[in-house]
Amino acid sequence: MKSWLMNPVLNKEFKLRFRSLKSFLGVLFYVLAIGIIVIGMIFVQQLSSMGGVNPEQSRELFMMLSVLQFALIIFITPGLTAGVISSERERQTLNILLTTSQSSSSIIIGKLVSSVAFLLLLIIASLPLYSIVFLYGGISPRELLTVFALNVFTVFVVGSLGVMFSTFIRKTIAAMVTTYGVMLFLVGGTGFLALIATSFTQMSQTGTPTTNILVYLLAMFNTPITLVNLFQPSIGEEIARMSGVSFPLWIAHLISYTFIFITAIVLSVRKLRPKMKAKK
Amino acid sequence: MIEIIGLTKQYGKFTALDHLDLHIGEGTVFGFVGQNGAGKSTTFSILATLLAPTSGTAFVNGYNILKDPKKVREQIGYMPDFFGVYDQLKAEEYLDFYGASYGISVNERKKLIPQLLELVNLTDKRDSYVDLLSRGMKQRLCLARSLIHDPEVLILDEPASGLDPRARIEMREILKELKAMGKTILISSHILPELAEMCDVIGIIDQGKLKAQGSVAEIQEKLQGAKSMMVKVNRNIERAFAFFEDNPDISEIERHEDGASIQFLFKGNAEAQQQLLKACIMQELDLVSFAEIETDLEDVFMEITNGGMES
Ligand SMILES: Nc1ncnc2c1ncn2[C@@H]1O[C@H](COP(=O)(O)OP(=O)(O)O)[C@@H](O)[C@H]1O
Ligand SMILES: [Mg+2]
Repeated sequence: MKSWLMNPVLNKEFKLRFRSLKSFLGVLFYVLAIGIIVIGMIFVQQLSSMGGVNPEQSRELFMMLSVLQFALIIFITPGLTAGVISSERERQTLNILLTTSQSSSSIIIGKLVSSVAFLLLLIIASLPLYSIVFLYGGISPRELLTVFALNVFTVFVVGSLGVMFSTFIRKTIAAMVTTYGVMLFLVGGTGFLALIATSFTQMSQTGTPTTNILVYLLAMFNTPITLVNLFQPSIGEEIARMSGVSFPLWIAHLISYTFIFITAIVLSVRKLRPKMKAKK
Repeated sequence: MIEIIGLTKQYGKFTALDHLDLHIGEGTVFGFVGQNGAGKSTTFSILATLLAPTSGTAFVNGYNILKDPKKVREQIGYMPDFFGVYDQLKAEEYLDFYGASYGISVNERKKLIPQLLELVNLTDKRDSYVDLLSRGMKQRLCLARSLIHDPEVLILDEPASGLDPRARIEMREILKELKAMGKTILISSHILPELAEMCDVIGIIDQGKLKAQGSVAEIQEKLQGAKSMMVKVNRNIERAFAFFEDNPDISEIERHEDGASIQFLFKGNAEAQQQLLKACIMQELDLVSFAEIETDLEDVFMEITNGGMES
């Protein structure tokens, strides 16, 4: 653990990133933007309902904010991470880094953490704004923490995919396109397929009730469904009914994405340096 | 100490390194010379554990590059032929980062970095951003970086390429200091004279094969200790050829296509050369000229790397 905190790559990247004024301005603008959205929405709701925001509206606001931030994370993380190794290769700094005695895992972890650190900072900085919503009730602290944890978790999983493609693909542009492509599939593709699978299930519902496990498997890999399910447990129940799987969807999501994360990290670590052992 | 055994590297069907064998003793400054594309960088990359060989292996201070790459990395300081630097990083921070990458403690780094900057004459640039330094300064900074973990072996791939003459001289001075520190240094160049002066041993590589290896003295002996001579005769070239061929001090004798000239390497001082000329006249060879021809290291290099086929 101590050696992770002493990670040279992490230290250097932190130094570079947080030295510039730009980073602080970035945080400031992000918080301001979210703040304006929150206050604007509260204002609109107050106008329309005359006299205070009721808990139900507050809850709606919270959900919208969460989805917004979530979309932002999925959109930004590939861009932050898909260049970490390939850009060093392109700028011819990778060779030197690889001849140091720093371990491959330390380099990969350092790169991942440092590249998403800024995004994590944004998420943390925007937490107080959520508490404005909090004031009007409608959500529990537990829900807030869960959303926060899911955000952070998603950043790391998407980030690990970015790092992996950056390690395997020589050109940063190609690595980014691939990462965005995979994310599009995980966010949109699985959702779309799940919908198709659902409609098949419903069509055959005329006779005996049929179940389709595919619905569950697809939903399990879909991050937005997991997020929305946090607020609307009925979705999970519906999926359980259609697929015949009653295992909690969010746990399945956690397991499958942890698996993706570990696989991506392990493959990156292995790929970073050449296998010196000659084949045969 | 470096031991290269049967090292082979293939890129697809192309053989970049062909069963290279090489032994480089401790404290030796080894010059690796070959034309562009000869396989120098490939060899160095493999030694630096950046590239896996197709077959064969190498040992650095007894550590096998295939089995103990991490140990090998600790033994060597490597400077690639082309490298980049991080922008927004100051010279001092640049060294600090790599120091940390070798697991050197903060306190030690604080002591070490000024010494290294001093060694490569960059003390006054410690607060400059590395991407703004001149090419020669970057090269020196990179050299300082490769020294940060006090490696016993230095692998420098064309450290003088792209430098102006002044920067070259500075680089050479630093290398002399490193040599005095007792480091084993491998240094490559596509220009032989550039290395001749500072290397103990030179290896000449061509198309992935080692063509010649020896001390600078040995290679110079081959050239300068043995002079290239050209003799022209008016007639009876057979008799002249036989005469020179019998002389034990004469080697690599060749007859030119013009049918009148003989070229050979003559090993001997001015006195011996005078005796040889005297003997030619006593033997009544039909000489019209007897002359040394200019050679330098570059010619030998060209001769070796072209396999004597062209020019
Ligand atoms: N990644 C690669 N793929 C294919 N061929 C390569 C690669 N790297 C080097 N080569 C070829 O291998 C040969 C040796 O290259 P190199 O070791 O860089 O030579 P040198 O450093 O002596 O100029 C060259 O012909 C080069 O074109
Ligand atoms: Mg080269």
